[in-house]
Amino acid sequence: MKILVTAKRVPDPEQKVKIKDGALDLSGANFIVNPFDEYAVEAALRLTEKVEGATTRCGEVTVLGIGPKDMSQQLRSCLAMGADRALLVEGSDEGLDSEQVARVIVAVYQRERPDLLLLGKQTVDGESNQVAQLVAGYLGLPQACFACTIEASADGKSVVVGREVDGGTETKRLPLPAVVTVDLRSVLPQSVRNQQTPATHAYPEGPRYASLKGIMASKKKPLDSLDLATLGVTATPRLKLLSLEAPPQRQAGVKVESVDALIDKLRHEAKVI
Amino acid sequence: MSNVLVVAEQQHGVLRSASLNAISLGRALVAANGGGTLTALLVGHELGSAAAELARYPVDQVLTVDHPALAAYLAETHAPVVAAVAQQLAAEQVAATATSTGKDLLPRVAALLDAGMASEIAAVVGPRRFKRPMLAGNAIGLVEVLTSRVVVTGRQTEWPAAQPSAAAAPITATAVPPGPALGAEVLGLAQLPSERPELTEARVVVTGGRGMGSGENFKHLGALADVLGGALGATRAACDAGMVPNDLQVGQTGKVVAPELYLAVGVSGAIQHLAGMKSSRVIVAINKNAEAPIFQVADYGLVAKWEDTIEDLTTKLRALRSA
Repeated sequence: MKILVTAKRVPDPEQKVKIKDGALDLSGANFIVNPFDEYAVEAALRLTEKVEGATTRCGEVTVLGIGPKDMSQQLRSCLAMGADRALLVEGSDEGLDSEQVARVIVAVYQRERPDLLLLGKQTVDGESNQVAQLVAGYLGLPQACFACTIEASADGKSVVVGREVDGGTETKRLPLPAVVTVDLRSVLPQSVRNQQTPATHAYPEGPRYASLKGIMASKKKPLDSLDLATLGVTATPRLKLLSLEAPPQRQAGVKVESVDALIDKLRHEAKVI
Repeated sequence: MSNVLVVAEQQHGVLRSASLNAISLGRALVAANGGGTLTALLVGHELGSAAAELARYPVDQVLTVDHPALAAYLAETHAPVVAAVAQQLAAEQVAATATSTGKDLLPRVAALLDAGMASEIAAVVGPRRFKRPMLAGNAIGLVEVLTSRVVVTGRQTEWPAAQPSAAAAPITATAVPPGPALGAEVLGLAQLPSERPELTEARVVVTGGRGMGSGENFKHLGALADVLGGALGATRAACDAGMVPNDLQVGQTGKVVAPELYLAVGVSGAIQHLAGMKSSRVIVAINKNAEAPIFQVADYGLVAKWEDTIEDLTTKLRALRSA
């Protein structure tokens, strides 16, 4: 299975968000791979690698990033996890909207012709949750968003995806090529398996850490740069961020000393019970 | 003036309550355009009482598209139907609540309509200008859709459920062919059995964090939730640790809730969790660590171990209920 997986770099969500003059202040920001995209890389690796006695890998993983030149650092970390090659389409972090990102991915899809396009369900900065669905719509491909499980069929021509939906899990089968986005639970030990993965195989939970060997190997793996002109992408934005503001702050309330005092406050002051 | 289309949801012929939040959003869009008509659309098969139920709310008309091939929700078959109806109505604005279906469907509709889209909006500022939370709720963005046709989803907690109107709206069945399934099929839906209300709709939410120690201990919170008629939630840390299923997760990466009363027990208050609950009306935190960030957003804080408080609280509330 040939997999194209996308990775955006985002400011570390553990760092405090700074807003200056109505815009995000990224001075001093630490960039990381968007966590959901990291889960997508993990899922892609599990869908292609040989485990427990299998003799060959069953596919390859290409990571696509869109961002400034120094985003190659984040792409190298995906290669160190085990991806085979990376593509960097040069653009700014904040300059492209979902529409433009989707058009870049469509163009790369058409060059690469992967069997599966894997994305994180959303970025943790913009949180638009649109790109995969737009790409599937433009390409006329089936989609499965918010995957918690992915299983490749024996012939490798379709996937069965468990989708996190309100109130439960929906199981959806998609013939390949298809577009899938991953949710949190896709990194549980037995959530993703390829056609060779034994039913008993359990991965360590979470996206894998790069091994020293992986880090050394990543330096020799191909990382190619592309630009919008080469890809023939001329899409104009459809959504503009005019300004950012801090949300209204909630005031800290009072500390109560006991369960009785708490019940009294909730009954007579807040009047919620 | 503008035609606004809201996409309603039903399951087995029963209207989903998130449709009522979409109607409020639709009314705000009509108002921002200086008037116009609001159409609510139901897509599926054997729609039962859902259309009549929907017609009781403040919409100008209800349109139904009923076809056997639309029985199971598939973005592939439903998105072309919504797009075709938007074109028939010359609807300039297409909206839905950001449920798991709304989030899956609307961007695909936007792609088919070549329209710009704003996700999970919290306020309508103008016909094309919206406010939406970003960066785990740490920033509110003012965004402008640059295309003439606009697609939006609304964050459910920011749009109140519409109230029934005096007169029922007319219901019209319209024949629009389903889109091709492209080989996709739904094999099943495993619904979590729950006696409790849905997290996003509950008046009271009781949430446990990693401080609960084990999944077994969540039963104490379940009992507390039941006394209050509330839903049970969990932090990402508790879900990641495998204590409870991820469906319970409240936060940026889980559900966003805004109940009347939110009780956080053994919850430290990570940014990503606060993003999912800080619009709640009253927040109570019970945590043994007095420095936990959750206390900075709590209206009432109790510095205590859950082991020493939850049973006592549950017993006393139960006594109050039956008094």
